[in-house]
Amino acid sequence: MPIEALLFVLLVVLALAIAHMRDLFAAAMLFSIFSLLSAGMFTLMDAVDVAFTEAAVGAGISTVLILGTLALTSNEERNGPFRLTPLLVCLGLGATLIYGTRDLPVYGDPGAVVHHHVAPEYIEGSHNIHIPNVVTTVLASYRGYDTFGETTVVFTAGLGVLLLLGGAARRRDPEEEAAPQATSEVTS
Amino acid sequence: MKQHMRMQDKIILRLGAKFLVPFILLFAFYVQFHGDFGPGGGFQAGVIAAAAFVLYGLIFGLDTAQKVVPKSWLEKGMAIGVLVYGGTGVATMLLGGNFLEYDVLHHHNGQHYGIIAVEAGVGIAVTCTMTLLYYLFAERGRR
Repeated sequence: MPIEALLFVLLVVLALAIAHMRDLFAAAMLFSIFSLLSAGMFTLMDAVDVAFTEAAVGAGISTVLILGTLALTSNEERNGPFRLTPLLVCLGLGATLIYGTRDLPVYGDPGAVVHHHVAPEYIEGSHNIHIPNVVTTVLASYRGYDTFGETTVVFTAGLGVLLLLGGAARRRDPEEEAAPQATSEVTS
Repeated sequence: MKQHMRMQDKIILRLGAKFLVPFILLFAFYVQFHGDFGPGGGFQAGVIAAAAFVLYGLIFGLDTAQKVVPKSWLEKGMAIGVLVYGGTGVATMLLGGNFLEYDVLHHHNGQHYGIIAVEAGVGIAVTCTMTLLYYLFAERGRR
């Protein structure tokens, strides 16, 4: 319990620091730490599959992509005029979410509705086919169509980025071929 | 570009990356193939493998990384991953079952085989997509 409280406090402190920070490079790094702490939180809640994903995607790859974006733009956040509406929207959304948590079952409550709908059947079915990790059984077998859809979404996302970023670069390649090589020789 | 060049000269970063990359890849394979029995699966394994390639690219430069894993492989791999997944479904249909009904693959271990096949598809697709995203972003930064 104390380690969960510590993680929560650190998450809140980090979130406030990120919101306050003007240096986007430092903010990206803090986001990465935020993800890593979240992964620790998921591990404590026995959601190891989610923790894996959070640590690798949130703390690793997305941080690299954000840094790559910063290299293209600027490291400094521009100071705009203070706007009230976005602040009110954020506060309203936060308040709604906190209000929503009042209806959630207590963490680990065996009587919660989600544990009595299809979950018992999933657990029993997974046991019958001798696959201990129920998450895998649900993802790949019971919800095989959903996961097929998700894989297609990943593929489509990659395709979209390839069309947006890759196509333009390749078209320009033949003309600029001489120039970038020359500069890379200089820098090395 | 200049940054990549300077990264290579830092011996601790270079040796650290060289030491870590094989272990990260090994861990990715473990997560991939042990997904039935422990935490993890295709998506997690794919992201971990991609993290290894991204680390390699960050330390040794984009050009070296693209020699190890060329972009054309990744473009094909993305599609192959989805095709492996969909192909498993088509295979079960050809064997007389429904789409993705693994039980027809084997009289006893059908579910195991089916899950391993689709997880492999997910793993390939995710590894290739994530690595390709990094390549495309990093390439753009150099222009």
